[in-house]
Amino acid sequence: MNLLWLIPAFPIAGFLFLALAGTRLSRRAVSIVGAGSVGLSALVSLWIAGQFFVSPPAGYAYTQTIWNWLDVGSLHLPIAFYLDPLSLIMTLVVTCVGFLIHVYSAGYMSEDEDISRFFAYMNLFVASMVTLLLASNLVLLLLGWEGVGLCSYLLIGFWYRDPANGYAGRKAFIVTRVGDTSMLIGLFLLYRHLGTLDIQTLMARAAHQWPVGSPLAVAAGLLLLGGAVGKSAQLPLQTWLPDAMAGPTPTSALIHAATMVTAGVYLIARMHVIYQLAPSAQFTVGVVGAATLTLAGFSALTQPDIKRALAYSTVSQIGYMFLALGVGAWSAAIFHFMTHAFFKALLFLGAGMIIESLHHEQNMFKMGGLRKELPVVFWTFLIAGCALAGVPLVTAGFYSKGLIVWQAEASSAGRWGFWLVAVFGVFLTSAYTFRIIFLTFFGEAKSHVHKRPGLAMTVPCIVLAVLSLVGGFVKTPEFLGNIHLFTDFLHHALPPVAVAHARAMSELASEGWVTLALIVGFAVAYFCYIERPEFTASLTRSALGNALHRFWKSDWGMDWLYDRLLVWPVMWFARVDAGDAVDSIYTGIARLCEWFYQGVRRTETGQIRWYAAAIAFGTLIFVAVVLFL
Amino acid sequence: MATVPMMHALLLAGILFALGLVGLLTRRNILFILMSLEVMLNAAGLAFVAAGARWGQADGQVVFIFILTMAAAEVAVGLALVLRMYHRTKTLDADRASEMKG
Repeated sequence: MNLLWLIPAFPIAGFLFLALAGTRLSRRAVSIVGAGSVGLSALVSLWIAGQFFVSPPAGYAYTQTIWNWLDVGSLHLPIAFYLDPLSLIMTLVVTCVGFLIHVYSAGYMSEDEDISRFFAYMNLFVASMVTLLLASNLVLLLLGWEGVGLCSYLLIGFWYRDPANGYAGRKAFIVTRVGDTSMLIGLFLLYRHLGTLDIQTLMARAAHQWPVGSPLAVAAGLLLLGGAVGKSAQLPLQTWLPDAMAGPTPTSALIHAATMVTAGVYLIARMHVIYQLAPSAQFTVGVVGAATLTLAGFSALTQPDIKRALAYSTVSQIGYMFLALGVGAWSAAIFHFMTHAFFKALLFLGAGMIIESLHHEQNMFKMGGLRKELPVVFWTFLIAGCALAGVPLVTAGFYSKGLIVWQAEASSAGRWGFWLVAVFGVFLTSAYTFRIIFLTFFGEAKSHVHKRPGLAMTVPCIVLAVLSLVGGFVKTPEFLGNIHLFTDFLHHALPPVAVAHARAMSELASEGWVTLALIVGFAVAYFCYIERPEFTASLTRSALGNALHRFWKSDWGMDWLYDRLLVWPVMWFARVDAGDAVDSIYTGIARLCEWFYQGVRRTETGQIRWYAAAIAFGTLIFVAVVLFL
Repeated sequence: MATVPMMHALLLAGILFALGLVGLLTRRNILFILMSLEVMLNAAGLAFVAAGARWGQADGQVVFIFILTMAAAEVAVGLALVLRMYHRTKTLDADRASEMKG
């Protein structure tokens, strides 16, 4: 257990080594260092998890203080790691999935000239993410939070020669910054009123000092939600995530699907006491989740680009997690985080292999028939897709999503509306998932496969595919074995969901509706893209269909709206205000310097005899001054 | 042995220095400029020696030897520069070498 500090230490060491000496190493050595450091950290977290299960520490929580960071007045901030079932599960998923994606990257990036830079950033990301998860106080958490944001920015703009990638990186950074500012204000508020930033002390004091529904708790909850919404790409700050797909595909898999974007879910789960004290803030979390999962689902249905479709699907699935948090189903949210990390990472890795084997073609309408060409990719992608849609009984997604859907209604904070939206979301998920699968793997081949993925890329995918199948068996519904290993373990850190038995519908009925929605979604996708593709084409050509298609494809016009509402006025003001008083002072200084320069320049004639004459004349004046004054 | 009055020696040094300066300012040929510079240096040296003699101190002569050494070094560097300049501009006219004009 006291090896805890090694989990972030290995990736940091890897980052420093690659950043300092990476360019002098061979590609192979860079891959070994890059993937190895995360592998070691995954091993350590597995070892610690084993210890945790066999002999749990007192109170199911273990704190390790490394050293004192800040000690000013009443503010004590140690660099300390806090391990409880919540952070343990998150850390396990981040390091293990991270390791698999690093191995995949060794294959994917093997021909990139900047491979050492890539692995350095990826290692820094894993280190920051683990710091975020293990941090015992909110400032250390914020350090990790900003660290992952920085790595996200660096990796989105990794191929910096294309200005569009740099633009996407800046967009991601600035949009999440909006959320970060709100979170920072939330931290100030918490420190001002509770006098500490240590998370556990903070929770205890909040529960002690604030009554349920206190305005301070609501304000803190909403401010933290602002941070979570920015990082997790939820409404209304979701616009950065689809553009973030400009980065290399392993980055999209690791950062923009499996781990970083779920940091908001972790933050809310970590601060769950605040939300229990502020039911209205918690309800807002649920509303944000429900709204996001539907809107993003529609957007995912219309994307031609495979990575953008998957990105919207990520936004939508994180919407499910927010919905779960919003109804107090804390463990269900973490459960869905875990299964989502498996299958969404796998979907992105599969998409990466497809894109690479088709000369960087990302348009799904130019793919097709890849089922026979890339069998391993097809089967793993199919498994992941089924898990995403939640195909009953065999896939992990069924168990985690089914749990959320049921608890959206059954929880005491649940509502009928939430349940309806969640079931409708299952229909959307199923429709867009099978749309992706049908478009890429079925039909006739439209592009030639020029390259097949190597072992470094297929093996991680197979491991993730197995996890996407069996990862759900740690928590099954009552009527299917009633296993609750996962939730029992998490209940040492997060309160169990309060099921309102009096009015709740049965789990079996809820799962039945989910399955029905899934089948309808599948049927719609099958009809539209296999049975009658010409019907779909004519639908998008009709006036109303075309307008809707464009509206959804542009993410409900959000980017357009933000451009008009925020970007344009700022740009306009910057243009109009270019010559204000402050500006004129600085241009004035520049003018003065130039005028002075123009005057003095004339003395620099290049004529050496003039210089000599000037020296002699100057000496004469000097002597005269000394003698006669 | 009749001693030369210091005033005379200083006057001579002053005249020599002025001559050198006039030569330096009016000549355009860089070789003549260098020669004028030598004249000015030696005028200064003469002033030192005269002053040393007036106070009965050896310092004046010591400084003159320093000036001599420095003048030798200066000529070596100066002539080398003149050669380089001639290579570049094919002329010894100091006014033509005005590429550093501001």
